[in-house]
Amino acid sequence: MDTFVQVTLNGLTAGSTYALIALGYTLIYGVLKLLNFAHGDVFMVGSFIGFGTLQALGGTSDPVVPVWLLLILMVLAGMAGCAILGVAIERFAYRPLRDAPRIAPLISALGVSFFLANSMQLMFGADQRNYGTFALGNGELFTKGFSIGNVHVPLIRIITIVAAFALMVVLWFLVTRTRTGKAMRAVSFDREAAAMMGIDIDRVIVFTFVLGSALAGAGGVMFALRVPTAASIGFVIGLKGFTAAVIGGIGSIPGAVAGGMILGFAESFTTGYITTRWSDLAIFTVLITFMLFRPNGLLGRAGVSKV
Amino acid sequence: MSEPREPHDAPSGPAIGQDEWVARHGDNRSARAGALGTIEARLRTVPWWGWLILLVAAFALLPIVSPSGYVRRVAFDTTVYMLLALGLNIVVGWGGLLDLGYVAFYGVGAYAYALLDSKLFGIHLPSIVSIPLIVLIGALAGFLVGLPSRRLVGDYLAIVTLFFLQIFLTVTTNGDEILGKNITNGANGILNVDPLNFLGHDLTVEHAGVFAVSYLYVGVAIFAIVYVALHFVNVSRTGRAWRSLREDPLAAETMGMPVSMLKLMAFSFGAGVAALTGTLFASLNASTFPLTFSFPLLITIYTMVILGGQGSQFGVAIGAILISVLLELLRDPSNARVLFYAFAVLAVIAALGRSRALGAVLAGTLAFGFAAHAIAGAIQHDWVAGTTEGGLASTVSSWVIVPTTLGDWLGPVAYISLIGIGLTLTLIRGPLRYILLVPTLYLAAFVWENVLLVQPEPTRYIVLGAMLIALMVVRPNGIFGERRVEII
Repeated sequence: MDTFVQVTLNGLTAGSTYALIALGYTLIYGVLKLLNFAHGDVFMVGSFIGFGTLQALGGTSDPVVPVWLLLILMVLAGMAGCAILGVAIERFAYRPLRDAPRIAPLISALGVSFFLANSMQLMFGADQRNYGTFALGNGELFTKGFSIGNVHVPLIRIITIVAAFALMVVLWFLVTRTRTGKAMRAVSFDREAAAMMGIDIDRVIVFTFVLGSALAGAGGVMFALRVPTAASIGFVIGLKGFTAAVIGGIGSIPGAVAGGMILGFAESFTTGYITTRWSDLAIFTVLITFMLFRPNGLLGRAGVSKV
Repeated sequence: MSEPREPHDAPSGPAIGQDEWVARHGDNRSARAGALGTIEARLRTVPWWGWLILLVAAFALLPIVSPSGYVRRVAFDTTVYMLLALGLNIVVGWGGLLDLGYVAFYGVGAYAYALLDSKLFGIHLPSIVSIPLIVLIGALAGFLVGLPSRRLVGDYLAIVTLFFLQIFLTVTTNGDEILGKNITNGANGILNVDPLNFLGHDLTVEHAGVFAVSYLYVGVAIFAIVYVALHFVNVSRTGRAWRSLREDPLAAETMGMPVSMLKLMAFSFGAGVAALTGTLFASLNASTFPLTFSFPLLITIYTMVILGGQGSQFGVAIGAILISVLLELLRDPSNARVLFYAFAVLAVIAALGRSRALGAVLAGTLAFGFAAHAIAGAIQHDWVAGTTEGGLASTVSSWVIVPTTLGDWLGPVAYISLIGIGLTLTLIRGPLRYILLVPTLYLAAFVWENVLLVQPEPTRYIVLGAMLIALMVVRPNGIFGERRVEII
């Protein structure tokens, strides 16, 4: 029973991270029909920005602001930094290729991903960076919290899970209840028709990149609060993020959340009950199963090509 | 009007269609004029085997011209890259599919050879048996990986193949304990792999301490065979079908082509070539390690194919040679420095053309550098007292500011500003561009000497990544690529 609770908790934490990344993939895919391979590396950059903010505000041992404000500032800095990065990537690597054959921006995205990962390694080295969150406020982020049976649920996990879901709700509100969100949906439905109706496509696409990258930045900071980060994490995390997006049905926002959760649970249950070594294989099996039996994902629409 | 020229890359057999010829006619008429145009037109009349003979002859003569074992080794590695590029060209260049698991098939070949010809299981198949077997295994692996994404739409294929690469790494790294058995010896890799053997003779890797020519010649021979075989595949019915579905899968399908089958075929062909190359690689190194077959290698091969020109076999071979030599040069600080400054000057010349601005910018940058160096030195001697390594170091360090210690923040700040300013420059027009170019060039030199040159490993990859993006934006056809034809 304790194992089950622990494993569920791990799945929920990992799943919320994957869901945040998957949302970025899904949003960008929605408007551009492009898999932004660089998204995982944007996430990685976000985790480094959080680290930089932490250092700039005095480090974990002696922060100049209260802990709660510090956490908020780190997440906001990560979001802002990644939003700028996302806009730059769109402007210089994807926009010139908008009307090129579909494979062209994908290859460009690969280049961006590789460029970002190695640039970070160049600037900050290949070593792992640990936030050292345990030292914050005498470790209260880890000691506080509540217990389910014998399993302790630390405050930091509650914060990351709740924050992730809060961001998703905000995103849902932005996409379904605002004018810009409506424009986004219109563009993702039919870009040309949307342009003819007077929607500024470039603005919508930039806004989408801001949203998606900011989510990745927030995810990166919250991920690195618990796990050490490194310049090379972007590849695997990004891979899992877009697997989640595909499982959920790429282009669908609730699908991305569902996919992220499925992936998080698949990983944590394999790790908890079978073996840590083969959790990637479990995720791959889930992906292949979906490809075979439900290629459009859990909540995706079947694509129809028109001539 | 003179006799209209044939489209330059028209196969000798039947062309795809009259429409393509018509669509290309405009291009052909607007071909370059003058001496360069004549040379280009002449070069286009060189038959495909002419280029192949040129390549093979160059590689065959290399060991005779230079006795250095290092040169031979680099030539062999380049041959491996050329083979890999040929294989990827089938999938990306002809099939128009994004195969991100390509290096995993290369790994499958290497590991298959290591399992079939090593002490690990005590199996020692003769190469004449194991090589065809491994090509088949590779092609089958490609087929199986492509199968789940049945419609093989670009994005899904990309995900499945990329994840397959990750799985390949997981399996090989953790393969020392599959159901309690040691299959791949884990991260330690498989050692003591047999060399290739033909008619009972083992190929020697080293001869009197120098890299022997035998592997180089075998590699070049395999390259030539694959090149010829693929050429005939490309001009066959299947090759034409691949190109038509690359241009428009929907149209191809409505014409009754078995699109999925054709895509899977392109995929298997590529995987087979990759597996064959893996054999060559594993047998030479007498070992295989999981991490050889990872993401950086994938990007390297993609850059080769894109630079050379997707679709053109000669092009991707040239791309492989250029990138392989480039990566080798970047290893050594002196070569890398010469390369950097030569590239910077050439890039400025290419951007500005023969104009007064060119002279002004180059002279301005030189003057700016000396002034900045003098001012920095006058304020604090430590700022310019740093040393750099490699040739030309003394010349350069009297122009570029090289501090003794860089501090934690200066490197990242300079690097990020360089990228930011460099990208912004591409958006600015007018005289401001020339004025900003001067400090940007100097900043680039500063970053190069202080940040990039110090760490060759990430630098080589940054160059590749940047090249890939720039090529896609500026010249997606690469040097020799086929022009995409828009038929409306």
